[in-house]
Amino acid sequence: MVRTTPFHERVAPLNRTGIWKHWSGYLVAPQYQYSLNAEYYAIRNAVSLLDTSPLFKYRFTGPDASALLARALARNIQGCRVGRAQYTCWCNERGFVEQDGVVMQPREGEYRLTAAEPALRHFRSLARKWNLANVQIEDISSDFGVLALQGPLAFEVIRQLTDAATPLKYFRVVQTTIDGREVTASRTGFTGDLGYEIWVRTEDAIAIWDALMAAGAGHNITPIGTTALKMARVEAGLLLIDVDFKNARHTWADAERETPIELGWDWMFQRLDKDDRDFIGRVAIEKERDQRTSRWVTVGISVDPADYERVHTEAGIHPRRHELYSESTMSLYRRGGKEWDYAGYVSSLLASPLLRKPIGIAKLPSDLVEPGSEVDLELTVIRKPSYVLARVEPTPFYDPPRKTALTNAEVMA
Amino acid sequence: MSASERYDAIVIGGGHNGLVNAGYLAKAGLKTLVLERRDLVGGAAITESLLPGFRFTTFSYAISLLRPDVVHDLDLVRHGLMVLPMVSTFQPGYDGEYILLGADGDANFHEIARHSVEDAEAARELDHQIKRLSRALKPWFDRIPPNSRSDDPSELAAMAELREFRDGLDSDLRELLERFRTSSAADILDEWFESDLVKALYASSGIIGSRCSPRDKASGLVWLFHKMGDYDDVPGEWGFHKDGNGGFTQVLARAATAFGATIRTGAGVDRVLYDDGAVHSVRLEDGSTIESPLVVSALDPRQTFSRLVDAQDMPTDLMNHLADYKFEGAAAKVNFALSSLPRFPGLEQSDELFRGFVNIGPSVDYLDEAFADCKAGRFSRRPFIDCCVQSVIDPSMSPPGKHVMSCFIMYAPYHLADSDWETQREPLGDTVQATLESFFPGFSDLVLHREIVTPADIEARIGLSEGNIFAGELIESQLFLNRPAPGWNQYRTPLTGYYQCGSGTHPGGCVTGGPGRLAALQILRDRASAKLA
Repeated sequence: MVRTTPFHERVAPLNRTGIWKHWSGYLVAPQYQYSLNAEYYAIRNAVSLLDTSPLFKYRFTGPDASALLARALARNIQGCRVGRAQYTCWCNERGFVEQDGVVMQPREGEYRLTAAEPALRHFRSLARKWNLANVQIEDISSDFGVLALQGPLAFEVIRQLTDAATPLKYFRVVQTTIDGREVTASRTGFTGDLGYEIWVRTEDAIAIWDALMAAGAGHNITPIGTTALKMARVEAGLLLIDVDFKNARHTWADAERETPIELGWDWMFQRLDKDDRDFIGRVAIEKERDQRTSRWVTVGISVDPADYERVHTEAGIHPRRHELYSESTMSLYRRGGKEWDYAGYVSSLLASPLLRKPIGIAKLPSDLVEPGSEVDLELTVIRKPSYVLARVEPTPFYDPPRKTALTNAEVMA
Repeated sequence: MSASERYDAIVIGGGHNGLVNAGYLAKAGLKTLVLERRDLVGGAAITESLLPGFRFTTFSYAISLLRPDVVHDLDLVRHGLMVLPMVSTFQPGYDGEYILLGADGDANFHEIARHSVEDAEAARELDHQIKRLSRALKPWFDRIPPNSRSDDPSELAAMAELREFRDGLDSDLRELLERFRTSSAADILDEWFESDLVKALYASSGIIGSRCSPRDKASGLVWLFHKMGDYDDVPGEWGFHKDGNGGFTQVLARAATAFGATIRTGAGVDRVLYDDGAVHSVRLEDGSTIESPLVVSALDPRQTFSRLVDAQDMPTDLMNHLADYKFEGAAAKVNFALSSLPRFPGLEQSDELFRGFVNIGPSVDYLDEAFADCKAGRFSRRPFIDCCVQSVIDPSMSPPGKHVMSCFIMYAPYHLADSDWETQREPLGDTVQATLESFFPGFSDLVLHREIVTPADIEARIGLSEGNIFAGELIESQLFLNRPAPGWNQYRTPLTGYYQCGSGTHPGGCVTGGPGRLAALQILRDRASAKLA
């Protein structure tokens, strides 16, 4: 039987499309209204509300919690002091990524971690293997619902409900109450915009949903589905598991696996020289870095708008841009020289409504990753392959100052 | 029948491997004759109608390991191959507990998580590792195994290739393979799971058709063997052939016939005749003889080397190994005709339970106790039962609204300590029925008819020695390099022109077609090199 999230009673009647999909065994709306762009622009120009409850959620408590996470997670948990959150990842011993997630310490000694796929047994096995007896690891996935309140007016909404989150710095987290109910609010999100994620106890879910919708009523608050979120995250340059990379645990061959360095997460290891943690994958990651054995670099690419226009015009058709979001792999080739000179691939492609051009998340070899490097993207135009100029572009493609703004005034600017 | 009848090849036994072998030989242009003792082909893979409208898969009842090459090489789709999905696995436990798995991985995760969240995650990981391992082993499953006793350069090279393959496996797979070879299913399950019911769900794969407890070392390899197949490219899954496995062997018979093979039923072979170490003909039970320089036995190793030919003429290394070769069947079948679907308390309204397998065996202890009876020389008083209500999957199996339920029973030892199977047949049926009644109250009221197939029946009716459904246990000393004996694992025999192609050869039991195909490849290769010589 398919499961429903704690907000289902509210979101079900709002879904005017009748379209549902499964996310980790839960029923979720890919979109609530026929216009995906309307939901997308709620993220960029108003405020959106997304139910992300199907994420797996784990709580680590006890004196050994930080010791466990210091070795289990690739990024140093020392930086995740009380009231902070961290985007992190974890790897296997061979240095291949298993999952990414956000870890936070909302209260002294209590860590919470989100995961796209089950990992309770994984962390418990590590605790057992490392004889860390004083850590409790709980699956709190069904104890909490999570809402993402994202968009430039998110601040206007949340400040009506709690003072604790206004101001709240980027990647900070706070325990507060909304409508008399305890919630955890973090200045995080997957949209690359100003926003908050709010953890609510399952039994409070409906009340908190109602409070947020009421507070947002004057600001066009818009419930959004997962597709609008995915569109926004491409602009933010954020990678999606099972789309831009795979959990190494569920792969068959090394060609399907990627290292954090290959995924562009080397910034997580900038201070390894001052960090003596024996974390999983460290040996392999250091070796990869020292010997420069990375097979790929993850980059953003943007398609030349004029060339995109040209290939369609030559074929006699109007170029498709409207609500174009694709998770299909598309090949990239070196330009100029030989034919079929394979270079790499695009794993996510979005015709960005805001940036007015197709952009993508790509893997390329190290000699093609300088911003401005040119490649050919293989595009199907009237069922035939055709080649269109694309250039490497730094990510995030779109990065409004409000995303990380510190003060109330800046946030509202 | 005239004594002057002459064929290029004679296949003894119209079981599925005999038919596959004949299909390949006929396709290669050999004038091929299949001789089947019974009045229908299929061997252990037959569908019979014991009362009007109800069709029973008397013995073999599901399909997974059928080699894809056989499907394509013999053009089976054109002859009616249709394997239907078995999408559910229902594992009842004690006190109304159960696990009901279906086709969706996430839904299955949450279903197992009702029993243990850690086990749900472990199941996903173990399933994936087993899939990777079975994928890695497949090339060896589908080729003629090396001869470990030969110093022929090509055989030495093949053995070296095998060692390289083992060393080249990903380290986690190499460890897992070692685990399956050296550990019991229960030991492996204890390492992965905490819930008894989840362990039970997996443990049954480690005992199917084998005389071992899930706590015996041998059960690891039996488990892996049963995961070597796939359904519609989903590794490890099982399907149901339209009209049962008898429907499948009818497809094979049509395919072999289309390639020009002749199938003769009611034609039991008494003896393979040979002179100076080379076969020249076979003698039927009616005394007539048919000539052929090539005779392939699809029967089990005991029949192939001790009955069809004079064991005295066989080399001692082969016969010594075969003397220790383990048959000792431990399984039975009870097939029911039912007036309606059984009901499980709490899931009375669900029709999802019966769309695949129902696994009666709620804990490893239960299975182990069932095996204790077997060791003591009696059938299990609380048996493991692998049930399929096949008419839910294929409506052609029963009259509308009524059902047939195939029940595979463990354990039912071929050798009974204080009794015989003639006496124990009905008590076995009563025990199975009572066991089902305890999980599905009211079951007995639904029974319109039951057919009980004991190991003695299996031996008597289809010639599998001691009723072993795999033509010999699936244990390492009888698999791959050693099936049926080291040095004699390449489908040849000590007699020129005499070959073996039954489940007693690599890759082994289950409806795989692998032995039939690989034996044909060996025969055709030998013929080609003989022509060159």
